[in-house]
Amino acid sequence: MKSFGSVRAVNGIDLTVRPGEIIAFLGPNGAGKTTTIDMLLGLGKPDSGTVSIFGRSPRAAIAQGHVSAVLQTGGLLKDLTVRETVRLTATLFADPRPVDEVLERAGIADIGDRMVVKCSGGQQQRLRFAMALLSDPGLLILDEPTTGMDVTGRRDFWNAIRADAARGRTVLFATHYLDEADAYADRIILVRQGRIVADGTAAEVKNLASGRTIRATISGVDESELAAIAGVETVERHGDSYSLTTRDSDAVARHLFTATDAYDVEITSHGLEDAFIALTTEGSAS
Amino acid sequence: MTNLDAAQAASVAERITARPLDPITLDRRVPPFGSFNITFLGIELRRKLRNRRTIIFTIIFPVGMFFLSGYPNHDIPLTAVPIAQGGLSVAAYIMVSMALYGAMMSATAAGGAVAVERAQGWSRQLRLTPLNPVANVATKIIAGLLLGLIAVGATYLAGALSGIHMSAAQWLSSGLASWLLGSTVFTALGLMVGYMVPSENAMQLTSLVVVFFSFVGGLFYPLSMMPPVVQAIAAWTPVYGIGEIARAPLTGSGFEPLAMINAIAWLVIFSLGTILLFRRDTKRV
Repeated sequence: MKSFGSVRAVNGIDLTVRPGEIIAFLGPNGAGKTTTIDMLLGLGKPDSGTVSIFGRSPRAAIAQGHVSAVLQTGGLLKDLTVRETVRLTATLFADPRPVDEVLERAGIADIGDRMVVKCSGGQQQRLRFAMALLSDPGLLILDEPTTGMDVTGRRDFWNAIRADAARGRTVLFATHYLDEADAYADRIILVRQGRIVADGTAAEVKNLASGRTIRATISGVDESELAAIAGVETVERHGDSYSLTTRDSDAVARHLFTATDAYDVEITSHGLEDAFIALTTEGSAS
Repeated sequence: MTNLDAAQAASVAERITARPLDPITLDRRVPPFGSFNITFLGIELRRKLRNRRTIIFTIIFPVGMFFLSGYPNHDIPLTAVPIAQGGLSVAAYIMVSMALYGAMMSATAAGGAVAVERAQGWSRQLRLTPLNPVANVATKIIAGLLLGLIAVGATYLAGALSGIHMSAAQWLSSGLASWLLGSTVFTALGLMVGYMVPSENAMQLTSLVVVFFSFVGGLFYPLSMMPPVVQAIAAWTPVYGIGEIARAPLTGSGFEPLAMINAIAWLVIFSLGTILLFRRDTKRV
């Protein structure tokens, strides 16, 4: 548990993680993602309760190279080259991977001699990733890891992550790219107000906010008539067009086609984004 | 699939297979000495020497000031012993002052590096490594000593090449005193300010303060020629003590006990300040 003043930022997040899992940590701003990550890394202390990683304190786990991280707040020295930064960091670990190997894996072997101050945001992010690979950690924590990377960079990055997960590296990443969580995470954890509101595979989380949305242009009806159709949960009006949410889209669509003059009918399933909004919006069932 | 895609896919595949698929090991060691090591120190020094401002304060300014204000006095005797009979010149006295000034400025910059590291977020990045914060401070102190040695060495070399005469014992004792006193007291000052104010501008302001203390402490202008009030205040400022001690081997008249008390007191004040602020910084996680 962690509070800032009267705000309880994180309140009982219990996680059991299997080796080699890739876990996405999702939540709206202020949900407690960064606070949780800081506590996992020993950068913040819980007000009550303890943090233990690999059976050790976060600080001991870092000293032994079990855990590493790519943080948004982690700064880089502007007056070093990319290679010097990695070489310096490598000297701080007991048995680091070779500098050239991590540069290569992070996709920055070709800019090793560039000064950090001259690197783009994406290149600096890859540099942080290279540094995090040095200890060959069992748990890699990433806070918005692909910020600033282009499409190719992002794909290379996730390929490298996947290859390591196969070796037993667990990856926990916070992201606001929902498609990234959907595409690459084995497991998605949604947090809101310091609590876990959903935990499962992408498909399972999407099902939590189940049902589909039907959009159609309909004339000569009012909202209460539409709301009375069996299976319709909510109705929203935008001029002549309506959005209906339902758990039985087939039946509702059949009714619209036969009993109304509905046209331009679209049926969409809820994506992760809808689940995200449904599960993390104030006042929603949790 | 285009050729480009194929090439990229191949490079990704190569990157993945370049690494044997050994499982991640749980058998790990903690690095010795809190991760203190020579490569880390070497990169720290290289960073400093790459910085133009450090080079100016460490080498160019003290050597330049020696040639501008010191060397022109090489015919003026410092003591009652005439130069022709082996006496020292005022130029030698100014050379020691400038060497000490260079050592102080470079050491302040070396210690103050923690301010920049904290401002740029590097100290937070270091928290993700096994580096013990004490090992980081030790590295800064050694870097401060080495930079101070470069400053004193460069100024003394300029002096020797331009014909300054001193006995071997005077070269050695004044050089060691300038180097060790200037470096330790002012590395401590730099560290203290660095842990107090995490800002890149903090060190520039501190440099100005060191220049001011150098004036008041009699490094640029003889204290004996200042008004009595200034002299009375000067004895309490941090450059006075180490300046008196470093130049004592030249005058042959020794130094007041007050100078030694002054030097030790300021070293203790800056070191204690550093320890307190360092503790506050490492506790605030």
